[in-house]
Amino acid sequence: MVELLRFREDEPVADPAVTVDSFSDQSNASAVRLEPGDDARDLLPFLDQLRLVEINFPSFGDGRGYSAARILREAGFDGELRAVGDVLVDQLSHMRRCGFDSFAPEKPFNPADAQAALSRWPQAYQATGDGRRPIWALRHDAQSNG
Amino acid sequence: MYRYDHYDQAMVDSRVEEFRDQTRRRLEGKLSEDQFKPLRLQNGLYLQLHAYMLRVAIPYGTLSGAQMHALADIAGKYDRGYGHFTTRQNIQYNWIKLEEAPDLLADLARVEMHAIQTSGNCIRNISSDQYAGAIADEIIDPRPYAELLRQWSSFHPEFLALPRKFKIAVIASQTDRAAMKLHDIGIRMVRNDAGEIGAAFYVGGGMGRTPMIAPCIREFVPVDQLITYSEACLRVYNRYGRRDNKYKARIKILVHELGREEYTRQVEEEFAHLLTQGIEPPLAELERIATFFADPPFETGLADDVDRSDPGFALWLDRNTLPHKQPGYAIAVISLKPVGGIPGDASVEQMHLMADLATRYSFDECRVTHAQNIVLPHVRKADLFAIWQQLEAAGLGAANLDTVEDIIACPGLDYCSLANARSIPVAQKISRRFADTGKTAELGELKLKISGCINACGHHHAGHIGILGVDRKGTENYQLLLGGSEGDDTSLGKITGPGFDEDGIVDAVERATDVYLARRQEGERFLDTYRRVGIDAFKEAIYG
Repeated sequence: MVELLRFREDEPVADPAVTVDSFSDQSNASAVRLEPGDDARDLLPFLDQLRLVEINFPSFGDGRGYSAARILREAGFDGELRAVGDVLVDQLSHMRRCGFDSFAPEKPFNPADAQAALSRWPQAYQATGDGRRPIWALRHDAQSNG
Repeated sequence: MYRYDHYDQAMVDSRVEEFRDQTRRRLEGKLSEDQFKPLRLQNGLYLQLHAYMLRVAIPYGTLSGAQMHALADIAGKYDRGYGHFTTRQNIQYNWIKLEEAPDLLADLARVEMHAIQTSGNCIRNISSDQYAGAIADEIIDPRPYAELLRQWSSFHPEFLALPRKFKIAVIASQTDRAAMKLHDIGIRMVRNDAGEIGAAFYVGGGMGRTPMIAPCIREFVPVDQLITYSEACLRVYNRYGRRDNKYKARIKILVHELGREEYTRQVEEEFAHLLTQGIEPPLAELERIATFFADPPFETGLADDVDRSDPGFALWLDRNTLPHKQPGYAIAVISLKPVGGIPGDASVEQMHLMADLATRYSFDECRVTHAQNIVLPHVRKADLFAIWQQLEAAGLGAANLDTVEDIIACPGLDYCSLANARSIPVAQKISRRFADTGKTAELGELKLKISGCINACGHHHAGHIGILGVDRKGTENYQLLLGGSEGDDTSLGKITGPGFDEDGIVDAVERATDVYLARRQEGERFLDTYRRVGIDAFKEAIYG
């Protein structure tokens, strides 16, 4: 079973992630944990020092963490963005598209199910900053190539 | 109409395989019902009172003949021989088995259809004007914009766990036939003083237990920023919409609590940021989509005369057809409201017939309306009589469009697990009452809408006459509302007073219509008289 699924080459951060409140107090931390009610934009001044941002999903149905992830990536954050909590295999591909590159689910994934979920989608309709060229871009590449 | 390319087809095929895998994991017990529920909902599958219900997406209500045939085949193969067309321009089947749902979705995919995001806390199927591309009063065809939004909203990874469902309508005419201001986002395509096309955004409308009319938050979004602006509206909602109470989780509550100005300010800030992110498809993509919606090859030089010698046909012609932008053509509406029938229902045979008529007489196209009828958008006037004869023979010839018999009703307690009261029998009794008394014709345009609970799927707030079914101490009770409208002059109905039982509500509706007949002035519809004389005159007649 998979307890930490990671799509990065660098060494994982060893320090525990601190809350946004305590991060504001002890501003040398390199790992922070965002709760659904936290504003990801509060972290933007500190992105250079952060190596890991954990985004907590206390319940898989609360989608605020998806916006938080994109906001951090759009601001140029290139450290580790980890989804933690009630993270399920059926959300993996959407989370990857929003910029998450590691996953520490409360209940470990079945590896085959996780692999199937991650390889499910051939393309994507939207540009979300995850590096994939959306279908609309591919269509017009194809046209210009004849 | 729009056709899938290999990208669209691959996405829908992948979705079928994903759901097949999810269903297997559910049946094997690897997914709990709590975990599976949002997955099945986002594939259109509800658990209702007696069985699963499956809602199929019909983007902006448009179907080809082959697609309508496929919907009929599905009704025969997986259901009990009927389909139910809905106020979201979709179709629902009420007797589906979970084990068979993946195969049903695969059948849909073969005709470029799906049930993606027809339920759940996500962006739902995009609705539009059912007469798009056929009616003379439009500024531009709204369907390419609706299709662009369909693709953007399909599997949008940021917006699949919103606080609540999210409905978008796109229109492009001064006449609103899609209840645009009663959507989470209503978009009206407009032309500015410089002649450029753009979009006016109305955000935060909705029905349900707290009905609200959407305020305009921006008069003009340039057409090459449409997706970016929509994404900004959604992101602010996803981040700040309430999640503590599902009845306060729709965007209308956020806009109401923040105020229009503050919500708009936050959207504009997000919009300015997102403009730097390159998320907008190029105009070339919009142009590619628009080519699918070019006019069909209309014949020219056709006569506008129609032989009216058959009185039944003449009545249908007057009631159920509308002027077309092209001389010699008409828009014909097939009423799914036979007297005493179930509003919006069609049998396998009726669906096959409508498909054949669309193919033979309407350039292979038909539309579903939010009033639960079917449109043949491009019909030669010379063919109308033949069409009417075939409709009559199939029980589809009701000449009652926009009359008191053309009732919108939700499935109600006969099917729905949320309902407090039955809607269908009330609709059946009302249409019979007015057909029997012969008052239908005299009453003219009268929009009557019935919901079996406060969630308002039957749009009761927006009916000239609205009926809301409630549960009163364990018995079904019906409240009467007057004065709602979903058109350009959108308004919300007011409750007249204490509720009625099933027969009492039918009597109350008739008494309200008698007030109109007694008090109307030249040219007034029911709604106009109500607005002029006020609710008290009606209350007196109903309760006095």
